[in-house]
Amino acid sequence: MYDIIVIGAGPAGMTAAIYARRAAKTVLVLEALSYGGQIINTPDIENYPAAAHVSGYDFATNVYNQAKNLGAEFRFEKALEIVDRGEDKLVRTKKNEYTARAVIIATGSANRKLGVENEDRLVGRGISYCATCDGAFYRKKTVAVVGGGNTALEDALYLSDVADKVYLIHRRDSFRGEEASAALLKERENVEFVLNSTVKELHFEKKLNAVTVVDKSGAERKIEVDGLFVAVGRTPENQSFSSVIELDGAGYALSGEDCRTKTEGVFVAGDNRKKEVRQLVTAAADGAVAATAAVNYINKK
Amino acid sequence: MAVLEVTSANFEKEVLQSDRPVLADFYANWCGPCKMLRPILEEISDDRQDVKVVSIDIDEEDELAEEYEVSAIPCVVLFKNGAEADRSVGLKPREALEELL
Repeated sequence: MYDIIVIGAGPAGMTAAIYARRAAKTVLVLEALSYGGQIINTPDIENYPAAAHVSGYDFATNVYNQAKNLGAEFRFEKALEIVDRGEDKLVRTKKNEYTARAVIIATGSANRKLGVENEDRLVGRGISYCATCDGAFYRKKTVAVVGGGNTALEDALYLSDVADKVYLIHRRDSFRGEEASAALLKERENVEFVLNSTVKELHFEKKLNAVTVVDKSGAERKIEVDGLFVAVGRTPENQSFSSVIELDGAGYALSGEDCRTKTEGVFVAGDNRKKEVRQLVTAAADGAVAATAAVNYINKK
Repeated sequence: MAVLEVTSANFEKEVLQSDRPVLADFYANWCGPCKMLRPILEEISDDRQDVKVVSIDIDEEDELAEEYEVSAIPCVVLFKNGAEADRSVGLKPREALEELL
């Protein structure tokens, strides 16, 4: 039995592991894919204190090595279920079962899909969820971005430097994202706003070649594009654990700022938690808070 | 066996003329998920003698990337008997890549 099992090896989970190890607790980190979480997609982090420029990969690798060197154990298995047995918690993966006195859920979030037919089969064939990763493939081409938040605006700005033409498709007539970015976009001659519109259909042969959008009046327009960048938000990865944590309507885990949940000994940290600011630095902060709460919980037992 | 770096100079010989199925990883040095995928590919290369694993730097080999219509990376293309048989885009667990085979 471990003292603490951390589910998810992103910045929140790995920071939790660091704090738990420094409190001399045994720690197992379970990760479905690879350490780092979504930060590995970021080519350059510029807003983390004391790291003015660092790639997401290097940042994640540094935190991973730090946690490992402190004695955290990592296993690359997807956690499928948490069973609250009172005194201890059982975490089930496909092949194994692990027990711990406390569990920290730091599973983060996944890209939200558009939900349009053929979307999945066109990923990598014109559909992308990461402009900074895949934008370079669309040099001198025509692309569209879907969404109205900061990510969509930043993606459109980035792509307008690379592609010949950028359509920004958004279901409302104003953006949730920062006004400064929207103002910059309006000045770009190669950016066209397609507002009050949603994507209805994807057209393709081998690759995506056009999208049909429909506006609020029901009018349709077919736009020829080589690429479609989907930036319509993220979905928290909490569904497997809804028996031990309470979720809000959007699927985020409810907890106080102390990262406690409705189940004693189960804590949440990072982007899958309901909170105002989802940034690298707040993910790390959650990790520290949740680990400290878990350590206190164990010590008081 | 390590992952073999392939260029347009030896692509024909190492990939198209290979007598084993080839997993060709189109990657770039600036791509974080590509770096995360590498140890997974090395594992497959080490464990499976029936498969050859190669990597192709899309910044150096843009013509190969274009020829195989790579528009997102990491992109692992399965070649069998000199032709593409399947592909997987994005960082995926080992099982997903082995499912291609």
